[in-house]
Amino acid sequence: MVKFDILSHELVPKFFILSKEEVEALRHSYGIRKESLPWIRRSDPVCKTIGARPGDVLKIERSSEVAGRTVVYRYVVPG
Amino acid sequence: MSIAEIAKSIKSIKFGLLSPDEIRKMSVVNIITADTYDEDGVPIDAGLMDRKLGTIEPGQKCQTCGNRVGQCPGHFGHIELARPVIHPGFAKTVYLMLRASCWNCGRLLLTKEEYDKYTLMMERYKRRWPQLRFKLADRIVKKATKTQECAYCGKEQFKIKFEKPTTYYEEHPEGNMKLAPNEIRSRLERLTDVDAALMGLDAALARPEWKILTVLPVPPSSVRPSITLESGVRSEDDLTHKLVDIIRINERLKENIDAGAPQLIIEDLWELLQYHVTTYFDNETSGIPPARHRSGRPLRTIAQRLKGKEGRFRSNLSGKRVDFSARTVISPDPIISINEVGVPIDIAKLLTIPERINKFNLDQMKVLIENGPDNHPGANYIIRPDGRRIDLRFPKDRRTIADSVEIGYVVERHIKDGDVVLFNRQPSLHRMSIMAHRVRVLPYKTFRLNLCVCPPYNADFDGDEMNLHVPQSEEARAEALVLMLVQEQILSPRYGGPIMGGIQDYITGAYMLTRKSTLLTREEASQLLTSAGYDGSLPPPGITKPEERWTGKQLASLFLPETFNYTLRSNVCQKCPQCKKDECENDAYVVIKNGKLIAGVIDKKSIGAGQPESVLHRLVKDYGTDKGRYYIDKAFKLFLSYIDSRGLTIGLDDEELPEEAKERVRSVVEEAEKKTAKLIEIYNQGLLERLPGRTLEETLETKIMQGLEEARERAGEVAGQYLKDSNTALLMAKTGARGSLMNLAHMVACVGQQSVRGERITRGYQNRTLPHFKPGDLGAKAHGFVYSSYKDKLNPIEFFFHAMGGREGLVDTAVRTSQSGYMQRRLINALQDIRVEYDGTVRGTDGSIIQFKYGDDGVDPAKSDHGKAVNIDKIIERVVGAGGK
Ligand SMILES: [Mg+2]
Ligand SMILES: [Zn+2]
Ligand SMILES: [Zn+2]
Ligand SMILES: [Zn+2]
Repeated sequence: MVKFDILSHELVPKFFILSKEEVEALRHSYGIRKESLPWIRRSDPVCKTIGARPGDVLKIERSSEVAGRTVVYRYVVPG
Repeated sequence: MSIAEIAKSIKSIKFGLLSPDEIRKMSVVNIITADTYDEDGVPIDAGLMDRKLGTIEPGQKCQTCGNRVGQCPGHFGHIELARPVIHPGFAKTVYLMLRASCWNCGRLLLTKEEYDKYTLMMERYKRRWPQLRFKLADRIVKKATKTQECAYCGKEQFKIKFEKPTTYYEEHPEGNMKLAPNEIRSRLERLTDVDAALMGLDAALARPEWKILTVLPVPPSSVRPSITLESGVRSEDDLTHKLVDIIRINERLKENIDAGAPQLIIEDLWELLQYHVTTYFDNETSGIPPARHRSGRPLRTIAQRLKGKEGRFRSNLSGKRVDFSARTVISPDPIISINEVGVPIDIAKLLTIPERINKFNLDQMKVLIENGPDNHPGANYIIRPDGRRIDLRFPKDRRTIADSVEIGYVVERHIKDGDVVLFNRQPSLHRMSIMAHRVRVLPYKTFRLNLCVCPPYNADFDGDEMNLHVPQSEEARAEALVLMLVQEQILSPRYGGPIMGGIQDYITGAYMLTRKSTLLTREEASQLLTSAGYDGSLPPPGITKPEERWTGKQLASLFLPETFNYTLRSNVCQKCPQCKKDECENDAYVVIKNGKLIAGVIDKKSIGAGQPESVLHRLVKDYGTDKGRYYIDKAFKLFLSYIDSRGLTIGLDDEELPEEAKERVRSVVEEAEKKTAKLIEIYNQGLLERLPGRTLEETLETKIMQGLEEARERAGEVAGQYLKDSNTALLMAKTGARGSLMNLAHMVACVGQQSVRGERITRGYQNRTLPHFKPGDLGAKAHGFVYSSYKDKLNPIEFFFHAMGGREGLVDTAVRTSQSGYMQRRLINALQDIRVEYDGTVRGTDGSIIQFKYGDDGVDPAKSDHGKAVNIDKIIERVVGAGGK
């Protein structure tokens, strides 16, 4: 079977792994620990594809019915 | 010791299992006899009602702690079980642990490498993702379960079968072997603490073998008090009954073991003991018959005390009974404000508010005290600064008491006009189900409410009852007033629009007042405005020749702000392809310019409850809730006054059609019947063409249904042409006040197809609905088409089909309410603690982020325009100039 690049599918939003500095900035802007972000599992197909590791923070840009575009974040956990 | 001294903050809670040692340690008595009381009614020592277990009789001192009834917390006892039994609550995890461990050496079935790997992982998880460690444990158990051979002793593993609720078998080549609880327990004992940790158990608090009971705790007698009936017969609690059973069997088992009875007998008794323990915990365990009382009623054991609507959680912890509340039937009062609630005087004399006496209210309070509990406004209690309460019911001479009170005393005075109370109608499905009202003390026995608050409460007056609560503190009152007052709830968060507003006669009244033909004399206009509470001066008449006359539009304009501009299409609009706007012959195009209603009639679209983009919506949104309340209180009264002065009625004559119309309706229906017959004929000849994705039979059904539905619609239209404009039912349907044109068509023309489950009626006898028809008859009449109108009367067959369709409707509503009620409960449970923080994020109680921006756009739907942040069209219209020109 040909491996399909899920990142190019129109229903898969854009994922980015944040750098250490970006994570710090994000933590400060919300005043939280990384664990307080919503979680995503390492076994998630996108995490596997982009090589996210537990402890990483992902930035997700996606379209929203009410707000046009939205940016959300996910904390990568094992499993 | 005061509460403050012993108060400690809880950092965390950890749940564990009681070990046999702990059970023995906390026990004050080993229960060995199944008897409770002797012939004299004295509790038997070492029995289930042993006095060491705590006192339940007043005046008696507890043999353990020495306290009396209120003070003694009750004390646990215990039963030493002759043989271990499975705790039914842990039967499933015991099964998993049996499968994950070696039958021979008792170790977790992992290879050395896996074991090391998982131990390390578990350590890391505990540090970084403690919440995930149970998921890891699940994974480890799953892995171990799959292992065939023990890595420690090399023994091959057997499959284990679990039979609910508490039986386990090991599948040997020679056949299944039952695993006795003591065998299971000894296997679990051999699991190391680390093995246990890998399976998600903290061995310090929960050793695996503690899931098999060797000692049973006996709850204190205060948990299962016996009751003495009037006849002097003592009746024991269900739990006590169950414990008696357990002790009896336990003793017999012990005797048989001691006597060296055959294994078979011992096993039988052992199983019986297991049964009693299982039902003691949960008497609704599937797979075994529930234990019953002598009368045949199933016993209410531990799980039953906690579970369900009448259980401890939902009935005693989540919901409690409260003071300062009242409940009675509601009835309408169009005179009082929407912010008010009429409170019967008898209730006002029972509900109180504590008011502290100061130098400003001293004289007033003295009057209230003198009035006492039986005269409104009065007072029921006085609380002195030292905390003593004086009951005003008993003293004869209240005047001396009134004279003796000083500043600093608290008076529990009756509620009176203007007090803030909370008013509620169940089911409380949204926040508008509890709103703050101001009290209006009224005669008679019902709560009175303004009709415009019926929609948010979903109340009507066919016997509905409502609850009233009196906030007791200044903070609670302030909060209620600012956040919960009715006028603050006019705009609903359910959708961007007013949930309160005109209903039924308000809408008809507004329409009749504001239509072009309404011209009022000076006397009539003054009368109407006075009853509406208008206090300005009468505007100059709209018409001066031949006589001075005021238009209804003029009067309706008097309550609008002078800067108010708006246009909309009203409910009576015919939705013409090209709207003639101001020149609309139905006067359906509403134009309000500078607070004057220039054109158009006011109806549901302008003032109706639940109508977004209406006059009412704009008024509340742009001018504030005060103005909104003012409009509803005053203008709406004008509409009612007008309908009162004119009268509005509906009668049988309104459903009467001229003979010509009846003839036309009949021909429409007959035509449809012929068409149906034709379709059936084509079908019978096999010439019917199949619709895509349908069978031939389905195609026929669809086509027949379509034809008949069309016929009903046409009949309605035909009949509608013959209805006079003065027909009040038509008037109400067109303005949106009540009913629809379809309802009208049902009454005057034809009721149409009755359906069950969205299909024509097919059930009943074999191949036919009723014995009046030939088997296989596919015609309209035989499958629930009602030719008649309600006015004409339904024939018995039609009536029967109609009842079938009607019954389905009733069943549907009953099912829907129960289902949506359950969904509501679960949603509320899941959502009750999350909130929107000041930074716009939605967070849980631990600060975890659930949404980065509330609803992705941060819009409060209550302050939105029908869900959108802004309604650009309306803003442009307003800037450019409403209504053109
Ligand atoms: Mg009702
Ligand atoms: Zn005690
Ligand atoms: Zn082994
Ligand atoms: Zn129109």
